[in-house]
Amino acid sequence: MRFLSTHRRHPLAGYAVLLFGLLVAGALYASLAPGKADADTASDTAKVEQGRELFLVGCASCHGMNAEGVMTKSGGNFGPSLIGVGAASVDFQVSTGRMPLAQTAPQAPRKDPVYDEEETDALAAYVASLAPGPAVPDEEYTDVSDLSEEELTRGGEFFRTNCTACHNSVGAGGALPSGRYAPSLRGVSAKHIYEAMQTGPQQMPVFSDDVVTPEDKRAIIGYIKSVESQPQGGFGGGGLGPVVDGMFAWIIGIGGLVAVSVWLAAHGARVKKKRS
Amino acid sequence: MTDTMSTPTTPLQDTKFGKKSAGPVGWLDERVGLAGLVRKNIRKVFPDHWSFLLGEIALWSFVVLLLTGTFLTFWFQPSMTEIVYDGPYEPMRGLEMSQAYASTLDISFDIRGGLLVRQIHHWSAALFMAAIIAHMLRVFFTGAYRKPRELNWIIGIGLFAIGLIEGFAGYSLPDDLLSGTGLRFVDGLIRSIPVVGSYLEFFVFAGEFPGDLIIPRLYMAHIFLLPGLLLGLIAAHMVLLVYHKHTQWPGPGRTEKNVVGFPMLPVYAAKAGGFFFVVFGFTTLMAAVIQINPIWAYGPYNPSEVTAGSQPDWYMGWVEGAVRIMPNWEFTVGPEQYSQTFSLNVFIPAVLLMGLLFTVLAIWPFFESWVTGDKEEHHLLQRPRNAPTRTAFGVAGMTFYGVCWIAGGNDIIALKFNLDIFTITWICRIGVFLGPVIAFIITRRICISLQRKDNDALLHGYETGIIVRSAEGSYAEAHAPLPRDVAYALTARPRVPELTAAVDEDGNGVRNPQGRKARLRAWAKRFFFAHDVDKPTQADVDAAAHHFHDEVYPPHDLPDDFSGVSETGVPKQH
Repeated sequence: MRFLSTHRRHPLAGYAVLLFGLLVAGALYASLAPGKADADTASDTAKVEQGRELFLVGCASCHGMNAEGVMTKSGGNFGPSLIGVGAASVDFQVSTGRMPLAQTAPQAPRKDPVYDEEETDALAAYVASLAPGPAVPDEEYTDVSDLSEEELTRGGEFFRTNCTACHNSVGAGGALPSGRYAPSLRGVSAKHIYEAMQTGPQQMPVFSDDVVTPEDKRAIIGYIKSVESQPQGGFGGGGLGPVVDGMFAWIIGIGGLVAVSVWLAAHGARVKKKRS
Repeated sequence: MTDTMSTPTTPLQDTKFGKKSAGPVGWLDERVGLAGLVRKNIRKVFPDHWSFLLGEIALWSFVVLLLTGTFLTFWFQPSMTEIVYDGPYEPMRGLEMSQAYASTLDISFDIRGGLLVRQIHHWSAALFMAAIIAHMLRVFFTGAYRKPRELNWIIGIGLFAIGLIEGFAGYSLPDDLLSGTGLRFVDGLIRSIPVVGSYLEFFVFAGEFPGDLIIPRLYMAHIFLLPGLLLGLIAAHMVLLVYHKHTQWPGPGRTEKNVVGFPMLPVYAAKAGGFFFVVFGFTTLMAAVIQINPIWAYGPYNPSEVTAGSQPDWYMGWVEGAVRIMPNWEFTVGPEQYSQTFSLNVFIPAVLLMGLLFTVLAIWPFFESWVTGDKEEHHLLQRPRNAPTRTAFGVAGMTFYGVCWIAGGNDIIALKFNLDIFTITWICRIGVFLGPVIAFIITRRICISLQRKDNDALLHGYETGIIVRSAEGSYAEAHAPLPRDVAYALTARPRVPELTAAVDEDGNGVRNPQGRKARLRAWAKRFFFAHDVDKPTQADVDAAAHHFHDEVYPPHDLPDDFSGVSETGVPKQH
């Protein structure tokens, strides 16, 4: 105790006490705060209940206390009803970070997810419990590692017929009216592509299992994944096509050759001006 | 005209090389008799300036196109026969496609060096068109198309137009999704021609789009007809260039009656020949590191498919843009079974506008000469600032073209800059009319300001960067007269012509039979010249010289070639 009493008027003593207090408070909070339910042991009802609690905190302000949706005064849609959208929709929107929305915009952009996997599952379980809807796809439809050559070719045809008009032939994305857009498909997980086809988020149409069967969805996903490893004839310019090529032709091509021209006209076989 | 040379050289026949080759050359001359022609042209003089090489980039790109195109014909099969693909590219195996597309896949993946050559071919096509436009702008802004070169200007416009069609034909040949979409665009363009459109479509495509003959037909045009025309026109372009002799920038010793530069042999031929290898090497480098038109990413053409970001190559981009911003004007007239549809939404921006561009370009030299009344021969170039109205028209045209260009890429711009595609379209709709007017006004004012700046430098000298303290203790930057050669180059331009009102009646009260035309012409001439700043008169210069003598305090004698200092304080060398 002698150490404490001799150092209590040390200039750093106040800070040390403050730091100690913060550490104690933090440790207490970490140990006493309500812990997360353990997914392995929690029953479905507990999961739904957990999801409902999360929903009330993070989603209900726009989607309503019972996910029934909120109308604006003028009759517009403030937040759509989630009854019947299914777990697949929640999983897509929440785990790609599109929901919760950070701000009103023409379209919800992809961003880092706010909820972790377990919380997303709970939210999905809660919304799925409200009414039947598409479920999160099984792994057999999202594992594209063992696709045959024919399936890959067929997936490419489906992709070009149904997807490239908005998403571009290499999935680089494309513009849509009024500031909306078809996002890039690069780095999107197979599960999310599947869920997007199934639920038709934002501007995207729904490709239900009757229209594009789960096997064909898998083939499309396989083709999209194969695009990421397709051959490149050099730097691709983002796969955006001739606009970028034209920019390179002018800036790099003509720019570079004009630079050479300037050099060539200024040097070379010029007769040296000798001053007498 | 006299060719003046500045390099003293040993006569060719006295050199080692000359002595050795005398025998074979003599043998050849006795049989083909070219000695006279060669002797006359071997010492042909070409002036040197970087901007004179822009046309050369186009020329050498064309040679690269011929070389690489020949390579591609060895393997390309211009056939629309449907086959099942069984080549090396896995994601397409088992897919039905045309032979044209399959053979392009083979060139890309199976033929050694095929992809590289394809990419060189495509890049040099993009460079060919870009260099043509850059060269054309250089000729326009320096007034190099004036008498006696109007015909060569028109040949150049012909090369531009045929190059456009040639490039488009090549873009369509691989029969991938992108080229098919481009062909669909042209199909719509042909159909939009009133009354005869659908008949023309059937004529071009041998039936309904796409048919199975368009690729072989375009192939013939792409490798024979259009390159033949290009080659012929390029030859005519070059012959006229040699006949007229090259234009030159004004400077000491350079007049309207001579050419100052370097002789064809050895200097200019070496430079130009070397430049070919530079262009070829540069294009190859681009083709080796930057991908262009990855046809395997687009897939074979199928009329029911389309991809986002479908654009033509850049030189057709402005037409694409004009179509994209055109309001949807379309109407049908006539009783039901004989009705005619007028697709003004496509006809005006695509067919008419393209025709308008080439017409305006072709008649400009004659129009300008009619306005200015200038029927003299010109071999000295004008600096763009010394023809403010022409320069302003040029920049206005470029602005129009540029706005159309932006509109042609509106989806890519919207996607990459998070903008609304409709907003871009509306900005372009307004900008395509307003932009050129604003550009015209601003450019003309900038040119006039630059003319004033030149006059200022001529009369008041240039800023030496030397601060002088006077006896009273005040500080001033010493100005010094321009070096004589710089002053000469600045003043080697014709005076602004006198502007007179059109004569409506002569002294006896007889009306001028050409009254309205003359008034129009007088108005146009005034519009063209009224704002120009004339160069100083001799009296102005003498007065200024006097002023220098009295008031400037050069601290020490400046060397002849000292022409001021840059912003960083380094003396500029001339």
